[in-house]
Amino acid sequence: MEIKENIREFVVENFLFGDGDELENNTDFFEKSIIDSTGILELVCFVEESCNLTISDEEIVQENFSSVDRVSDFVQKRTSNSSQ
Amino acid sequence: MCGISGILNLKEPKNIEITQLKEMISVLEHRGPDEVGAYRDNWAGLVHSRLSIIGIKGGIQPIHNEDKSLWIIFNGEIFNYPELKENLIKQGHKFYTTTDTEVIIHLYEEKGIDFLQKLNGQFAFAIWDSKKREMFLARDRVGIRPLHYTVSNNQFFFSSEVKSLFTQKNIKRNIDPSTLDQIFSYWTPLPGETIFEGIKEVPPGSYIRISSGKLSLKKYWSYPYYSEDEQLDLSLSNITEEIKSLLYDSIKLRLRADVPVGAYLSGGLDSSIIASVVNSSFDNHLNTFGIRFEDKEFDEGDYQKEMINQLKTNHFEIVANNKEIGSNFPNVLWNIEKPVLRTAPVPLYLLSNLVHQKGLKVVLTGEGADEIFGGYNIFREAKARSFWARNPSSEIRPLLLGKLYPYILNDTKLRPMLKAFFGVGIDKPEFSYFSHQIRWQNTRKLTNFLSNDFSNNSEQNFYDRFNSFLPENFNNRDSLSKSQYLEITSFLSNYLLSSQGDRVAMAHSVEIRFPYLDHRLIDFMAKIPSRLKIFGMNEKFLLKKSYRDTLPKNIVTRSKHPYRAPIKQSLLSEKNSKIFEKYCSTETIKNVGIFDEIKTEKLFKKLSKFENSNEWDNMALTGIFSTQVIYDKFVQPSNFGNRSNFEFDLLIDKRK
Repeated sequence: MEIKENIREFVVENFLFGDGDELENNTDFFEKSIIDSTGILELVCFVEESCNLTISDEEIVQENFSSVDRVSDFVQKRTSNSSQ
Repeated sequence: MCGISGILNLKEPKNIEITQLKEMISVLEHRGPDEVGAYRDNWAGLVHSRLSIIGIKGGIQPIHNEDKSLWIIFNGEIFNYPELKENLIKQGHKFYTTTDTEVIIHLYEEKGIDFLQKLNGQFAFAIWDSKKREMFLARDRVGIRPLHYTVSNNQFFFSSEVKSLFTQKNIKRNIDPSTLDQIFSYWTPLPGETIFEGIKEVPPGSYIRISSGKLSLKKYWSYPYYSEDEQLDLSLSNITEEIKSLLYDSIKLRLRADVPVGAYLSGGLDSSIIASVVNSSFDNHLNTFGIRFEDKEFDEGDYQKEMINQLKTNHFEIVANNKEIGSNFPNVLWNIEKPVLRTAPVPLYLLSNLVHQKGLKVVLTGEGADEIFGGYNIFREAKARSFWARNPSSEIRPLLLGKLYPYILNDTKLRPMLKAFFGVGIDKPEFSYFSHQIRWQNTRKLTNFLSNDFSNNSEQNFYDRFNSFLPENFNNRDSLSKSQYLEITSFLSNYLLSSQGDRVAMAHSVEIRFPYLDHRLIDFMAKIPSRLKIFGMNEKFLLKKSYRDTLPKNIVTRSKHPYRAPIKQSLLSEKNSKIFEKYCSTETIKNVGIFDEIKTEKLFKKLSKFENSNEWDNMALTGIFSTQVIYDKFVQPSNFGNRSNFEFDLLIDKRK
C-alpha cells in the first residue's frame, strides 16, 4: 500500500473511528481538532513502525505532522535521504 | 464439567481402598453433584463426580472402549465431538453413550497420543490402559481445566483439585517458599507449580504418560508465534472478516450443550461482543449475568445497561458490597487453593452462585480477548516505553505515556515522576522482560514482608527462573509479541482461567466457556502483525473494528476499564474485623511464621490510618491475608476433612 494511503487509513481508523468522509489529504489535523498533542506522538510511533524510521525531537513539529500530505512528504523525504 | 481423581501403583500391585477413592472424590462434590462413579483393579483406581451437560442419561463415568481394556475419567468439554464421532463410526468404532467423553477413548485407540491435536475443547482427563498398564493424563491447550498430581510411597495420585490429594494421609501438606516467592514476583506460580511442596500441576498444553512406573511430561501445544516473513499480508477488511467468521464458529461450538447456555456481561467490549453474537445469531432469549459494585469506582453498571437495552436479554445481576467481598474471601480461597494479590475473584464467585440459583450450568465469558487481541495496559505501556527507548534522551517521547495515564500528564508535580517510574530499563529495550520488569520489580517489594524462614535465599535472580519458559529465539520477537507471551505464560492459566475462572465458577457447579480461546482464533491472530493489534495506542483495534457497526458506540470507544474489586475497604472493613483477626492477628502471624509480624502490623496500621492507599500496599495486604487463609485451611488442620459414608452410582471392580 502507498505510504499516503497507509497514513490516511491510520488517521481515519484511529482518530475518526472509521469515518473518513470529511478528511481531505490536506486537512489540517490541529485546525479541525482531529489529533491532539499526544495523538501526534501516536502518529509518530505509527510512522516509525511502518516505515522503519527513527524520528528526532526536532522533526516532531507541526510542519511535518499536520496533514496526511505533510506526513507523507516528510516520510518520502526521509526515506529518500536515507537511501542515498 | 466434573471432578476427577485417581491413584496408580508405580512399582507393584497394592490394594486401592474404596474409602480412599471416596475420600478423594467427596471434596470435589461441587464440581460434579449429579453422579459418582469409580473403577479399580490391582494397579489403578479412578473416580469421577459428574456435572451432566452432554449426553445427560447414560453418561456416567468411568467410560470404556469396546473390549473394556481402556477406561477414562474426563473433566471438560470437547466441542467438536460430533464431527470426530462421525469419522470414528465410519472407521467401525461402536459407541454405547452419547457423550463427548467416549469419543476421546476411541480417538486414543485410533491415533495414540497424537489425537490431542484433533480436539477443540477445554479438558483434563486420565486414560488407564489396563492391558499395557499405562496411564495417560492430559490438559487442554491454554490450561482451562485443572489437573494436579504428586508421588508418594511409590504411588501416583492425581486430581482436579489439591484438596482431594490432601485427603490421603501420607501426602504432606506444606507451603512451598519458592512458590510464594513466585507469587510475590509474577502474581502467580510459574506453570506446573503449586503453593504446596511436592504438589505439581500438569502445565497447559501438556500431557503425562506413566509406563513401567516412569513418568514423562511433554508439551503438545505452545502459544504460536510467526515471524514477519510468515505473517499474513491481508487488508484490514479481510482480517476483520476472518475474525468475525472464526469467532462466530467458536461461539457456535461453545453453545453445544444439552442444557441452556448463558453469558457473562461486564459492560466491556469482549463480553458485549459475545452476548451480541449469541443474541443475534443463535438465541434471542439469552440469559446474561453481570457484576455491580457498591463502590462506584469499580462499577460498570451504565455500560451494562446500555448493552441490555440494545440486546433485550434476560439480565440478572449481583451488587457486590465491601463487607461481602471481605467475608467471602476465605471461602473463595478454599476454592482457589493458592494465595492471590487481588480480591477480584470474590465477585465472580458470588456471580456463579446467582447463575446456579437461576438454574443454569453453563456460561460463556470474554476472557482471553485481551491476551490474544492486545488489550492490556501493560502491552500499551511497553509500546510507549519502546517508543521512548528509541531515543532515551528525548524530552517529547515519554509523553506518549500520557495516552495511558492522562492524570500524570495533567499534573505538573507528578510529571517528573513519570520519567523516574517508567524509565526503568529504558536503556535496554531488547531485554526479554522489558514489558514486565516494572510490574515484577515492584511486586517483589512484597517479599520484604516474609519472615527469614520463608525468604528466598537463593542466589538465582528472579528473572532467571523464568528463562526456562522462554522459547528459542525469544529475543528476535517484536515487543508486543514478547509481552503477550510473558502475560499468557505467567497469568492466563494460573490466575485468570483458574482463580477468576474455573475455580470460582465450579464452586457453584457452573461451567464457563471461553470463545476467544479457540485455538484456531489464537493461531490466526498470531499471524497478524503486532502494529495492527495495537494501532497507534489503540488497544484491541482489530476486535473493535470487526464489531464497530453492531455495538453501541460507547462500548467500542470507551477507555479500557480493568476488572478489579476493592481490597482495603473489604478486608479491613470494621464489619469484617473478626475474620481479619482470625487470620491476621499479630499473634497468629507470629505463630504461623510465614511473615514478619512487626512489618505486617505496621502495614495494617498504615492502611487503617490513611484513607488513601497505594496499589502495592493493597496487594501486600491481599497477599498476606490470602497466604494466612491458605495455611489455615490446608496446612494447619491435623485431620483433613473428608467423608466416605456414601455409595457410588457405579463401581467397576476388576481386582484379581
